[in-house]
Amino acid sequence: MNKPLPNSFRQGPDARGRFGQFGGRFVAETLMPLILEVEQAYEAAKKDTAFQAEWRRLLTHYVGRPSPLWYADRLTTHLRAKAAPGMGAKVYFKRDELNHTGAHKINAVLGQILLAKKMGKTRIIAETGAGQHGVATATACALFDLPCTVFMGATDVERQQPNVFRMKLLGAEVVPVTSGAATLKDAMNEALRHWVAHVHDTYYCIGTVAGPHPYPAMVRDFQSVIGEETREQMMAAEGRLPDALVAAIGGGSNAMGLFYPFLDDESVAMYGVEAAGKGVETHEHAASLTKGRPGVLHGNRTYLLQDEFGQILEAHSISAGLDYPGVGPEHSWLHELGRVNYVHATDDEALSAFQLCSRLEGIIPALEPAHALAYVLHQAPAMPADKIIVMNMCGRGDKDIFTVARHLGVKL
Amino acid sequence: MSRIATRFAALKEQGRGALVTFLEGYDPDPATSMAILHGLPGAGADVIEIGVPFTDPMADGPSIQKGGLRALKSGATLAGVLAMVRDFRKEDSATPIVLMGYYNPVLSYGVDRFCTDAAASGVDGLIIVDVPPEEADEVEPQAKANGLDLIRLVAPTTDDARLPRVLAATSGFVYYVSITGITGTRSASTADLAAAVPRLRPHTDLPICIGFGIRTPEQAAEAARLADGAVVGTALVDTLAASLDEQGHAKPDTVRKVLDQVRALAEAVHGVRKAA
Repeated sequence: MNKPLPNSFRQGPDARGRFGQFGGRFVAETLMPLILEVEQAYEAAKKDTAFQAEWRRLLTHYVGRPSPLWYADRLTTHLRAKAAPGMGAKVYFKRDELNHTGAHKINAVLGQILLAKKMGKTRIIAETGAGQHGVATATACALFDLPCTVFMGATDVERQQPNVFRMKLLGAEVVPVTSGAATLKDAMNEALRHWVAHVHDTYYCIGTVAGPHPYPAMVRDFQSVIGEETREQMMAAEGRLPDALVAAIGGGSNAMGLFYPFLDDESVAMYGVEAAGKGVETHEHAASLTKGRPGVLHGNRTYLLQDEFGQILEAHSISAGLDYPGVGPEHSWLHELGRVNYVHATDDEALSAFQLCSRLEGIIPALEPAHALAYVLHQAPAMPADKIIVMNMCGRGDKDIFTVARHLGVKL
Repeated sequence: MSRIATRFAALKEQGRGALVTFLEGYDPDPATSMAILHGLPGAGADVIEIGVPFTDPMADGPSIQKGGLRALKSGATLAGVLAMVRDFRKEDSATPIVLMGYYNPVLSYGVDRFCTDAAASGVDGLIIVDVPPEEADEVEPQAKANGLDLIRLVAPTTDDARLPRVLAATSGFVYYVSITGITGTRSASTADLAAAVPRLRPHTDLPICIGFGIRTPEQAAEAARLADGAVVGTALVDTLAASLDEQGHAKPDTVRKVLDQVRALAEAVHGVRKAA
């Protein structure tokens, strides 16, 4: 960490799509012209006021934004009761689980579908892990009358049945992917392969801040609505910025969306919570920043779980949405600069947080933000009572009740 | 002159097209893979591509994906593939060898060390599928310094504005991808094959080989007639896969079956007479 810090953490990526050494455009030649076309279209859309206005209109009237910033009073009280005197930070939830479709994914999907329409594409494909991005994409495609194909690992199809059924109800075709461990990584491989064969009419709607440039920057920009709202809402509620932000990291889109607008505010500490699965000391986890090293996969250079020969390892997490051996390149960069602290929570910690949140706040979180919450449970009591934490409640847990029930030994 | 340039110049003089074969290194096991490699020049392969197995081959269809996984299961590594090339070079100093694969295993090995070791092992060229010209500076200086050709894929989607840039970053030969898709999923039509040379020839003097979607001796001959060579991969990997027992192990005739197919392809490709 001896490199000089940049003046701003919000300048990336550069013209090559790099955040420091991370990011880039590592794709086969067949895709390269299309990637450049997406980049051009997105650059134009950024400056197109009609495009931006249409996206904002959809966010307001279709998604239900702004999502509330909720002071988790009972949780705060609960944590203070166990903390030392004068300790126990105030905990707020940014409630993106209240969005239409139940997660933050819809923010970037609507932006990308508008872009696809602008580019004259007539078919949409997407990959999905937990199914939240697949549902969001299927939803937007129903709204815009576009055929939609979602690639989903066969393992995930099995553990996320409610979302598979939702996607089908919305008119999407769900293709189970059986290669590899049949999870998110493999779904992304298959989506990229399909795209190579259908470049002329198809837009690939990527669900996270990973993939070849411009996807990491584009998805971050669309998701930044989370952090922008949080900033305004926090100023209104407390008259000041929060002291810490906490978000779960799979690919890292909800975290990037919350963090990005605050990156240059020195007083705001940030914690990205990776999935530690059965423990980062085991081989069954998805903590790419904690335990991985830089490599190239899915079009970008970033931290990856890989063996000594550069073969990609299977990730493991109870949460299908975090079950990915990579992470968005901007996170890799922020990790190396030390601007964001990347920590982790295990399956078991996430499961306890899931249950505690349900009982104390009447909010059933998705297993993804349950990982973030697990870290909050640990961090808040270690902070003075006059400090404020905002955690991104990026998805609701309806889709996870079967998984959780199974882990708790309950037969539904 | 490099082995690749020498080989294509000799073929041109003889009025023949090139048969370029592709198989994954270590598929299905190191000994079988090595036996096939040793047999390829005798069966008529003019240029040999060895696939470096990777867990996540983004541009490959199911056949080569499975071949790669078989190879990884039998212990394939980049170092192991380089050792195969060294072994091959003890008996054959003329047939060009091209390693084809993805960037991460190379990155993990170390680009500098890899290029030095590859050249020292007798490798002549590299195809790194997921390093497009935009990222060429990742490997180009090291490849050049070691006399390794960087062979680039040109796709039907590579538009005319982009073509000169891609070709400028290419050496050895140009690999024209005849279909918009991944390996082994669709058969190239005569029209697909015919598109290659008129598009590329005005921009390059390098030999042009056509691949992706070429399975039969007839297609290979057609590609060799239209361009300078035909690349056949999936069809060979399929033959290899079909020859294995239920556990995925080689049977006594695995090597022969693959080499017989290479012979049939070579006969068709070499039967095409071209203007010298």
